[in-house]
Amino acid sequence: MNSENPIWALISTFGLMSLFAVGGAAAAVPEMHRIAVDVHHWMTEKQFADAYAIAQLSPGPNVLIVTLIGYAVAGIPGALAATLAMCLPTALLAYYVSRLLSRPSQSRWPALIQTALVPLSIGLMAASALILAQSTDRTFAALLLTAAVAVLASVSRINPLWLLLAGGLFGFAGIV
Amino acid sequence: MSTDSAPAAQEPDQEPDQEPDHPATHAPPPGLVALFLAFARMSLAGFGGVLVFARHAIVDQHRWMTADEFNETFALCHFLPGPNIVNLSMVFGSRLRGIAGGVAAFTGLLLPPTVIMTVLAIIYARFGDVEVLRRILAGISCAAVGLLIAVVFRMMMPLLKRMDVVVLTLMLGVFVAIGVLRLPLQAVLLVAIPISIGVTYWVRRKVAA
Repeated sequence: MNSENPIWALISTFGLMSLFAVGGAAAAVPEMHRIAVDVHHWMTEKQFADAYAIAQLSPGPNVLIVTLIGYAVAGIPGALAATLAMCLPTALLAYYVSRLLSRPSQSRWPALIQTALVPLSIGLMAASALILAQSTDRTFAALLLTAAVAVLASVSRINPLWLLLAGGLFGFAGIV
Repeated sequence: MSTDSAPAAQEPDQEPDQEPDHPATHAPPPGLVALFLAFARMSLAGFGGVLVFARHAIVDQHRWMTADEFNETFALCHFLPGPNIVNLSMVFGSRLRGIAGGVAAFTGLLLPPTVIMTVLAIIYARFGDVEVLRRILAGISCAAVGLLIAVVFRMMMPLLKRMDVVVLTLMLGVFVAIGVLRLPLQAVLLVAIPISIGVTYWVRRKVAA
């Protein structure tokens, strides 16, 4: 699909993205979607929504949706390259910063910056929800299922895994 | 196995720490294998997010950190870019055991789920077009989006309760720019982050004055 080396494209894309991914994996989903579906055409809308579902359903940090994107682009080497590019640079950065600020509470700037980032990261996550909903909720029944899960998970402390499995069951039954 | 050249270890290693029933004291720093296994375990337990399990394992179960230390470490990892929990594994491991400890925790957190995810990717590539699997995945996707909405809603509650117009406007602005207009993340953050930091700084000064 690309004339350039796909592994290098994965490394440069996710390495750069991770440095801007403030607010965690869920906040980076819109950017992953934009790059993987709109810019590089690595995946279709449907494949991206499936990848998100698989990443949610399996254990481990949710950021590992990049493993699935990497695999779709370049097989197992792609999966490894994307995962490491997304995780290693910022982990090393965190290591060095934590050594610099051996006592993080000394300055008030970290707390102030963190407070300032909260509304932005919530806005980003809300955008992720909208983009994913647009690609998954194509029928009224699907929209209803999403809404029901959203309400249930908001008001109760039910284990998310059950809700995901219930969704799979509804899908299996051909309802959504 | 054990690297004692740990540069970032907070606690002096020669302290034997023999009172495990005292909540404020630390357990002795774990070995590299123990770190790897502990992070692998919390990672594999963490369906839909690892943070809850990480906190439980580090603070309550192993007592490698106090609750305050954990919060400080997490706050640092939260305001740095990248996946928070991955950053946390590296920072946490290196605080106990130096860079080798960081690598052990990082690898423990990522290796097992990456292997699982790769296997799932292979299965999906082969059978992703099978009708039944498509339908099941479609149902799971709907539920996963619902879960995300619930998380967003829960995080939004404190902001909604305070009814801080500036903060809510910033949140809405980012939502529209990324979700509706589909602008590139870098461009949006390059504008939004300085504005948000400036506003927060200004509001705090006004409150303090």
